[in-house]
Amino acid sequence: MFDDFFTRAVVAGIGLALTAGPLGCFIIWRRMAYFGDTMAHSALLGVALAFLFEINLTVGVFIVAALVSVALLALQKKGGLSTDALLGILSHSTLAIGLVMVAFMTWIRIDLLSFLFGDILAVTTGDIAIIYAGGALVLGSLCFLWRPLLASTVSTELAESEGLKPDLSLFAFKLLMALVIAIAMKLVGILLITSLLIIPAATARRFAATPEQMALTASLLGAGAVTLGLFGSLEYDTPSGPSIVVAALILFILSLAPLRLRKSDQQTSETREHAS
Amino acid sequence: MLHASQSSPNRLIDMKNVGVRRAGRWLVRGIDLCVNAGEIVTLIGPNGSGKSTTARAALGVLKPDEGSVSRKADLKVGYVPQKLAIDWTLPLNVERLMTLTENHPAGKIDEALEAVGISHLKRAEVQHLSGGEFQRALLARAIIRKPDLLVLDEPVQGVDFTGQVALYRLIKDIRDKTGCGILLISHDLHVVMADTDTVVCLNGHVCCRGTPQSVASSAEYLKLFGTRAAETLALYSHHHDHTHLPDGRVKFADGTIAETCSDQDHDHVESGTHSH
Repeated sequence: MFDDFFTRAVVAGIGLALTAGPLGCFIIWRRMAYFGDTMAHSALLGVALAFLFEINLTVGVFIVAALVSVALLALQKKGGLSTDALLGILSHSTLAIGLVMVAFMTWIRIDLLSFLFGDILAVTTGDIAIIYAGGALVLGSLCFLWRPLLASTVSTELAESEGLKPDLSLFAFKLLMALVIAIAMKLVGILLITSLLIIPAATARRFAATPEQMALTASLLGAGAVTLGLFGSLEYDTPSGPSIVVAALILFILSLAPLRLRKSDQQTSETREHAS
Repeated sequence: MLHASQSSPNRLIDMKNVGVRRAGRWLVRGIDLCVNAGEIVTLIGPNGSGKSTTARAALGVLKPDEGSVSRKADLKVGYVPQKLAIDWTLPLNVERLMTLTENHPAGKIDEALEAVGISHLKRAEVQHLSGGEFQRALLARAIIRKPDLLVLDEPVQGVDFTGQVALYRLIKDIRDKTGCGILLISHDLHVVMADTDTVVCLNGHVCCRGTPQSVASSAEYLKLFGTRAAETLALYSHHHDHTHLPDGRVKFADGTIAETCSDQDHDHVESGTHSH
């Protein structure tokens, strides 16, 4: 079944989207979108270091992304610059250092574009195994962290005084983000990872009455976007990563409309009933 | 450190000479405070006077740098945070809010919502509630845990006058029914809840403490507040003979400046009413 590169891409993409959905919800609830972007941008530095020290790419990216979140925490404690400015500095300097390092390493040929925009059509069966094992780990941990994370999203003080550990759970959450970014890089690329986290979650908002429903809906919408995007890219011969993001965006735009549509549907059915 | 010795079985929290230091500055120092079951203690003080720091130290969320805090074994805390800004993207209705830090059976949830008078808002999204309704929802969430101690951080902030009176009445009812202790934080220096047993005025240290003066006994204020309000609101008249300078030193009424304002340096009426 996994012989076909396209099937592998769809399976891999869906696995990633299912993982990204609930994580993305927390990212938008906690307004961490820019933080996610920063982590993602630092991935290129991770790639460069992984090549330099000859370690596994995913491991390298994970370590650097985790280090960035620790660096941010340290800089925030120091005070002075706002988090926004600090993120801007970290985000682009890590990306730039990564690019410069790659340029220096003339002995290796690195396909920069595939790291920036991903190459989902090149996933191997081994990659799929990593995506699903990593995804299961992330979702399992998130289940465990769900209550303290959600409570501290509402109020850190509340969570703290009622015996939960908001700081610890937030740190663990950031590690999960680093892990997802490390896994996702190969599929959608450094520049587009955050969109896969955020857009399905934002789309899900309209259809959810509880945080849990939203997380589930985001997963399903993400999987839908991946499928749609990949088929679109096959049909129109467009780059696969960006096509997935465009598909997610189309779903988001559609999600803005249905409330009104549904109402007018009801009205028309009512008028029909009146007429009959 | 006399953690073991409990002067009374009703004692929930006992702080002795507590000081919290951050970045080389004492946020609060020399705090003596205790809360007994069934007692209402109101912490007042200007912004930055260390009310929240004191409350956090009392709850054990913050570790004091000097002095000791003893808490009743397995003290169960219900916390009502300050006015919250919950992101619109978080779908959270009142019913789901109730189980934020702990699961509760549906019957208990209905009971708690009934007790604070918002059963009709069970399915309402918290972002759509008015200030008073939201405070009630937060109160319901706190009391459903059957706490020994209820910590209320500025519960009437952003609530109109009639709403404040109603909320204070509700808080008194909760105390009467459950017998829990209440630690109430307020930035209003002069109007406090009438049923407060002790008012503690903070400004980096305990400036003064006392019992509020019933509004009902003063014809003038009775006219101002109206009879209904006069039963729930009270005045805390106090006059400080010193001001805290930005550099941490203290200026006394007679113009002298000192490093600290130890109790010997100025006179406070320790209880009852003080003259302006």
